[in-house]
Amino acid sequence: MSTFWSLWIIGLTLTNLVLVLWVLLANRKVAVRDDETPENRTTGHVYDGIEEYDNPLPRWWFKMFIATFIFAGVYLMIYPGLGSFKGFYPGGWTQELELKRHQQKADARYAEQFGKYNAMPIETLAQDQDAMKMGLRLFANNCAVCHGADGGGNHGFPNLTDNDWIWGGSPEKIKETIVQGRKAAMPPWAAILGDEGIAQTTEYVLSLSGREHDEQMALVGAEHFKRNCVACHGADATGNPMLGAPNLTDDIWLYSGEPSGIRQTLREGRNGVMPAQQELLKESRIHLLAAYVYSLSLPYEDQD
Amino acid sequence: MSSNLVAAGDHPVYDYKVVRQFAIMTIVWGIVGMGVGVLIAAQLVWPQLNDIFQPYTHFGRLRPLHTNAVIFAFGGCALFGTSYYVVQRTCQAKLWGGWLVPFTFWGWQLVIVLAAITLPLGYTTTKEYAELEWPIDILIAIVWVSYALVFFGTIVKRKTSHIYVANWFYGGFILTVAVLHIVNSAAIPISWMKSYSAYAGAADAMVQWWYGHNAVGFFLTAGFLGMMYYFVPKQADRPVYSYQLSIVHFWALISIYIWAGAHHLHYSALPDWAQSLGMVMSLILLAPSWGGMINGIMTLSGAWHKLRTDPTLRFLVVSLSFYGMSTFEGPMMSIKTVNALSHNTDWTIGHVHAGALGWVAMISIGAIYHLLPILFGRKEMYSVKWINIHFWLATIGTVLYIASMWVNGIMQGLMWRAFNDDGTLTYSFVEAVQASYPGYFVRFLGGVFFLSGMVLMAYNAYRTAQTPDSVDAKADAKPQTV
Repeated sequence: MSTFWSLWIIGLTLTNLVLVLWVLLANRKVAVRDDETPENRTTGHVYDGIEEYDNPLPRWWFKMFIATFIFAGVYLMIYPGLGSFKGFYPGGWTQELELKRHQQKADARYAEQFGKYNAMPIETLAQDQDAMKMGLRLFANNCAVCHGADGGGNHGFPNLTDNDWIWGGSPEKIKETIVQGRKAAMPPWAAILGDEGIAQTTEYVLSLSGREHDEQMALVGAEHFKRNCVACHGADATGNPMLGAPNLTDDIWLYSGEPSGIRQTLREGRNGVMPAQQELLKESRIHLLAAYVYSLSLPYEDQD
Repeated sequence: MSSNLVAAGDHPVYDYKVVRQFAIMTIVWGIVGMGVGVLIAAQLVWPQLNDIFQPYTHFGRLRPLHTNAVIFAFGGCALFGTSYYVVQRTCQAKLWGGWLVPFTFWGWQLVIVLAAITLPLGYTTTKEYAELEWPIDILIAIVWVSYALVFFGTIVKRKTSHIYVANWFYGGFILTVAVLHIVNSAAIPISWMKSYSAYAGAADAMVQWWYGHNAVGFFLTAGFLGMMYYFVPKQADRPVYSYQLSIVHFWALISIYIWAGAHHLHYSALPDWAQSLGMVMSLILLAPSWGGMINGIMTLSGAWHKLRTDPTLRFLVVSLSFYGMSTFEGPMMSIKTVNALSHNTDWTIGHVHAGALGWVAMISIGAIYHLLPILFGRKEMYSVKWINIHFWLATIGTVLYIASMWVNGIMQGLMWRAFNDDGTLTYSFVEAVQASYPGYFVRFLGGVFFLSGMVLMAYNAYRTAQTPDSVDAKADAKPQTV
């Protein structure tokens, strides 16, 4: 803030406060001089039959007013408020500093507990009941909005309990997904395949997972698939976790598995986004979360 | 009564037609706005009610319709009507402005109808309490400037030497709202119903809440204090408690309020100094706000017994109690540490409604009950008993509303910040939503109480207008239309 604007703010603030104080003090004495029955003196004005008493300001109210002025003065000396004057708060006060102080306190308090878990490999952590309770709470507050409270997924948000992994299901890959986030890119094919080509490819995709389909159309669709889709989904259509290209043979669908839904996916493409948590959750919590997500698809007898 | 006025009966013919129009529309828009309020309160309990007629009945579209309808349609009509009445009678002058007077009525109604059409259609600037798009904003500005011309024109023509305190407040409200509306609505249009704000980032937020909080400070406080300063002493038939207090709290209120908006942006991208100033000024605002309450309630000293028999006076006095309560709550909530708990919770909504239902609506209802018999040339309302029933419906409704929102708000604030020993959050967000359901239901119930009171009022007003009454009303209560 330049000196001019700083002075401008200070000037406006103080002028306003001083003027209000002056109005308050100037009107304090006015009515008190009244001798016998102050309660019954009016100003002499009458408006549509309404008169006005000349009563003094209530004393408690006057004191309360002054008290707020004193508070304001003290507060503006301690905290930033008067332009670029920073206030006398020890160490300085800004909201960022306050946040940092809170975070440091929290870090110090929880370092030991998280530190213990940080040292454990994810596979072991996934069997630790106490650790998984914490993982559940972290999941409920940070992941459940999209993936559901039970991790069962939603339209466009993968099910995390079915051991079908778009970006890989090893502990390291899960952690990588949480840390960096993921950006899927299925391009739109409407311009290249045309309505008919899309319908044919859809029939072929349905045939891949043994669904009901039109044989004739699927045969032509297979040609389209070979030309356009194998680069990502693979020749056997089992997908490629390096690219986040889903397996098309397991009848598990991130978006709709209905013929109309598959046609939409082919026509318009899909751009799923998993936001990176690196800056939001920090390493120690992500480690726990990765273990929790890993535990979700463990065979039932391995889960506690 | 010693008087510096022309003798009673000697005053000019007043223009009551526009007052009557605004008084009737106050009731009509009150029912509409509060009806939408009850609907959206019900949607929070039964979300499937969003689907009545999608997307037009979605909460996100009806909520701004509710706020605009109750603040600017209901509250606005009450302010227009009473200020036109009060300025004439306390200045002993007929409304100045000729055709401008009916223009302000029809112009304002047009604004309201346009709002009721465009908001459900999804046209919005996204600025809270200023959602209307730029063509409507221009219409508002034109109507408002006309209003200012009529009001101040009448003041200029006055036959009294002094200007009564009610008119200071009405005048301050009219001038400031003009400035607020024009500055905050500055935008660059890109098509007929789409524009972008002239400000960006934190500056845009600050301008918005400078406007937003002064919509509360000037529209919903100063304007209604003007109403209070006429109808309370008039209905109680007692002199105003203290002229000194009027002076001090008027100047303090209007000069300090302007600073307070920053408290809506605590712990945001707004610079620290602006947040601190917003908080400090909000705290100083406590005494000036209470000045109006003291002046109103103390006016009753020596006339307390009238509360037993006069339900209209009861409305006026209880509105002052709610005013005192919410103007205490406001400064407290502006303290940063309190705000850290209350912000984004239902506490804020409860606080707003303590003011909106308890203060703004109750004082308007009281003033309208005072006015209707005069405007229709009756001795009194068709049923005074119904006024009393309305009073209790309104009071119970308000108490249910604000109590449930206090409970919800503090509960939400505490649940959101509850930590486990391991440093994880105790509750997920949806658990706080689930815990809020009982409160949402009680709030809906409070709304139903309040709304049913308004419906009773409408019927009472209708019967009052219809019933041929013996016109032996007081001399100054005769209908005096042009």
